[in-house]
Amino acid sequence: MSREPLTVDRNPSAVDRDPSSVNRNPSAVDRRPSSATDHGPRTTDHGFRTTGRGPRIGVFVCHCGKNIATTVDVERVVEALASYPGVAYAARHEYMCSDPGQDIVKKAIKEHRLTGVVVSACSPSMHETTFRNAAEDAGLNPYLVEIANIREWCSWVHNDPVTTDKAIRITRAMVEKVKGNHPLVPVEVDHAVKCLVVGGGISGIQAALDIANAGYEVLLVERSPSIGGRMAQLSETFPTLDCSQCILTPKMVEASRHPRIRLLTYSEVSEVTGYLGNYHVKIRKKPTYVDPDKCNLCGDCVAACPIRVPSEFDQGLSERAAIYIPFPQAVPSSYTLDEVNCLGLNPLRCSECSKVCTVGAINYDMREELIEEDVGAIVLATGYDLYGKEMMGEYGHGTVPDVIEGLEFERILSAGGPTKGEVRRPSDGKVPKEVVFIQCSGSRDPELHKSYCSKICCMYTAKHALLYRHNVHDGTAYVFYIDIRAGGKEYEEFVVRAMEDERILYLRGKVAKVFRDGDKVMVWGVDTLTGKRIEVAADLVVLAQAMVPSAGTEELARKLHIACGGEGFLKEAHPKLRPLEALTAGIFLAGAAHGPKDIPEAVAQGSGAAAKAIAILAAPTLTHSPEMAEVDEDLCSGCAVCVPQCPYSAITPGDVAHVNELLCEGCGTCVAACPSGAMRMKNQTDAQVKRMIQVALDVEPVEVGRA
Amino acid sequence: MPEAPFEPRIVAFLCRWCAGAGADLAGTSRIAYPSNAIPIRVNCSGRVEPEWVMEAFRSGADGVLIGGCHPGDCHYVSGNYKTRRRIYLLKKLLGELGIAPERVRLEWVSATEGAKFARVMKEFVVQLKELGPLSVGRDPLSVNRGPSSEHRESVVAERQRETRVGT
Ligand SMILES: Cc1cc2nc3c(=O)[nH]c(=O)nc-3n(C[C@H](O)[C@H](O)[C@H](O)COP(=O)(O)OP(=O)(O)OC[C@H]3O[C@@H](n4cnc5c(N)ncnc54)[C@H](O)[C@@H]3O)c2cc1C
Ligand code: SF4
Ligand code: SF4
Ligand code: FES
Repeated sequence: MSREPLTVDRNPSAVDRDPSSVNRNPSAVDRRPSSATDHGPRTTDHGFRTTGRGPRIGVFVCHCGKNIATTVDVERVVEALASYPGVAYAARHEYMCSDPGQDIVKKAIKEHRLTGVVVSACSPSMHETTFRNAAEDAGLNPYLVEIANIREWCSWVHNDPVTTDKAIRITRAMVEKVKGNHPLVPVEVDHAVKCLVVGGGISGIQAALDIANAGYEVLLVERSPSIGGRMAQLSETFPTLDCSQCILTPKMVEASRHPRIRLLTYSEVSEVTGYLGNYHVKIRKKPTYVDPDKCNLCGDCVAACPIRVPSEFDQGLSERAAIYIPFPQAVPSSYTLDEVNCLGLNPLRCSECSKVCTVGAINYDMREELIEEDVGAIVLATGYDLYGKEMMGEYGHGTVPDVIEGLEFERILSAGGPTKGEVRRPSDGKVPKEVVFIQCSGSRDPELHKSYCSKICCMYTAKHALLYRHNVHDGTAYVFYIDIRAGGKEYEEFVVRAMEDERILYLRGKVAKVFRDGDKVMVWGVDTLTGKRIEVAADLVVLAQAMVPSAGTEELARKLHIACGGEGFLKEAHPKLRPLEALTAGIFLAGAAHGPKDIPEAVAQGSGAAAKAIAILAAPTLTHSPEMAEVDEDLCSGCAVCVPQCPYSAITPGDVAHVNELLCEGCGTCVAACPSGAMRMKNQTDAQVKRMIQVALDVEPVEVGRA
Repeated sequence: MPEAPFEPRIVAFLCRWCAGAGADLAGTSRIAYPSNAIPIRVNCSGRVEPEWVMEAFRSGADGVLIGGCHPGDCHYVSGNYKTRRRIYLLKKLLGELGIAPERVRLEWVSATEGAKFARVMKEFVVQLKELGPLSVGRDPLSVNRGPSSEHRESVVAERQRETRVGT
């Protein structure tokens, strides 16, 4: 196939062909004579050429390599469009989005004095901006450019004799739209220069630090009493085996001391309104009933408190009082009174803690605070939970003693954990001599559990087995696995080291059943490499449970009007090219909230999301799409039917309604409601859409007429 | 010559954020479905005017699909709730006019539901084939079109001319 564009020009006049007549200065007035009766070409305030004559639309059809051309006869589309009323120029190219492709568009705009452009190609979410910018370079207002989606909506999903026909109809309908488009100018909007980061795990901390270090204020909202997230619970981290707390706590402290980071722990986002650059957020800060400035961490209150509940931080392997600090290095370093488990504050039923607090840090009158702030961008880093072992029927529904989850084992391995770092099993505190690790527990099992791979379990299981062997030299570690996925820097080497140097028994196969037998946990499985059935009488079983989005992720996404994927993780705008952004402008994703991730990835994403947010905060002003509602004052009866339709309260009623262009997001709900047809959508008026409908359904078979 | 089998003609109004993105995903995932519908992208399903549906029937459509975000997920908070109410009323009206209300289909398709989008398309085509072509000749709509937007525009032009003469 030739790379030269095929062009069909219906009436190439001598003037058009004469290169000397090409207007190379976009802001200059086109002085070529036009027909005597019209007003002649003129420039708008912004220098874009408009014309008083009939439309001269250019149509540019892309082959997209084979992506479109395999099922759509591109040449036919070009021919069918070239003969379509109002089309002054039609061309095709292998890759319209390439520089040469864009040049065809630019050149045609100038040479053929185009008043509008339709690019028939991939989804507008891919290249609308590309072509609008190209048009602007050539002096055509970008809002006179539209994309006809003949790839995602046509060539990729159909392969029948009418696929080309459909592509032609889609394109012709778009030509009709462009005929009715007007040049528009984006609205400039001021924006807030603060950023909200939700989730104080390693990913959120990293994002907050990067943004603050770039000179912008950050609100870091964490719902638990301390920042740190899951990483604070880990013992040592693969593949280097450095101590998790030791590398995390300096970052936590840096975040808490940073003059531009406002730490809001024990807090949750309750409401978000607004739009890119101007989000208004409401945050509820729960009362901790302890003044962090006075608390000196003596811990006397804990001894006095009569309540004991399972410790969340130790995954239920130890107990805490109703007044507690999650872990000694917690930030902010202060105790928290958990009112759900307290005997009662209203009326006060116990008050033992206050009696023993010598510094008077405890204040039962503390109330929930509602904090309201305006922020320009939002980073979501709400992390993950484990898919609970109680979901695992085949492994005893979490009721078999000494069958634990990965995070419980992390606590057991931690020096600050319930066993002070000695490997002892929960039921009787004995040192387990035979330990079975089960990978992919709840992952990669579409029938019963989660279909996806949790990605990090192969690595942390190797780490667990290795650390176990370091702890219990005469112990035996078995690992059941489906296959080993160790795709990371020095990850494969780490697993090999575990297998070979530490003599950990890797058994390829799934475990069918786990049950209690005396003080042993019986594990029945099959080694699929040898075909042999395996039975291990274990002392401890560790399940590498699937990672799931942390509780409340979906609710938060709903508050922000962003999407979650099928498995509930936050969804990115594009899986390959926009992995850090939500579809809603100004909202970014970081860490395990977006999908299973290890620490290096969570940190990288935190920094990446920060860079994206900084780009917004640093912009002098932001632009707001001008494709929004406007009132035709001649037609408006002032009935105010439109007013309650608007989710952004952008319409003020009066003799005639008025739309606030900073607030209008362009949804068009008011337009559809107006009984007088006075409310209009700029560049998508009723008349335009009706023409599109008519053309899309044009009874005449789409035929190709050569000029 | 044997008559070609009936292929229903459909106009699909898809919101940009969910149904449209879902249709994009169907494409990226190469999930095939019949090519009967010509899609028209709107910002929100709330932009879809009942009048457009009528216009589609008038122009020869056998069915109209409106695709929006799931309830609670509308990018503009609540547009889809309004659509739901409008389409409900429109369907009642269609019944009165002798057009089977099933010819209008409102579907919630999220940006991740490419497969659902394809399924909806397939189902709708089957359903419309069963209903058969919408006979425009007997269609009461073709008699009274009501004030068209063209008419409105000419009124505006008229008024503007008047004001200009006056000054
Ligand atoms: C057993 C196990 C061992 C592991 N070992 C390693 C290892 O050795 N090396 C390695 O690289 N990775 C390891 N990981 C992975 C590591 O834990 C994660 O990569 C990392 O914690 C992800 O950080 P994050 O900030 O994205 O999420 P998280 O650490 O989950 O932090 C999220 C934070 O957001 C808060 N939050 C949640 N929802 C809200 C809300 N709605 N509002 C406000 N705050 C909220 C949470 O309270 C939490 O503090 C391991 C994981 C497991 C399960
Ligand atoms: S609904 Fe239409 S006529 Fe009524 S106030 Fe709003 S714009 Fe004016
Ligand atoms: S289009 Fe109408 S309803 Fe939608 S945001 Fe703008 S003014 Fe509000
Ligand atoms: S944006 Fe999809 S229905 Fe409103």
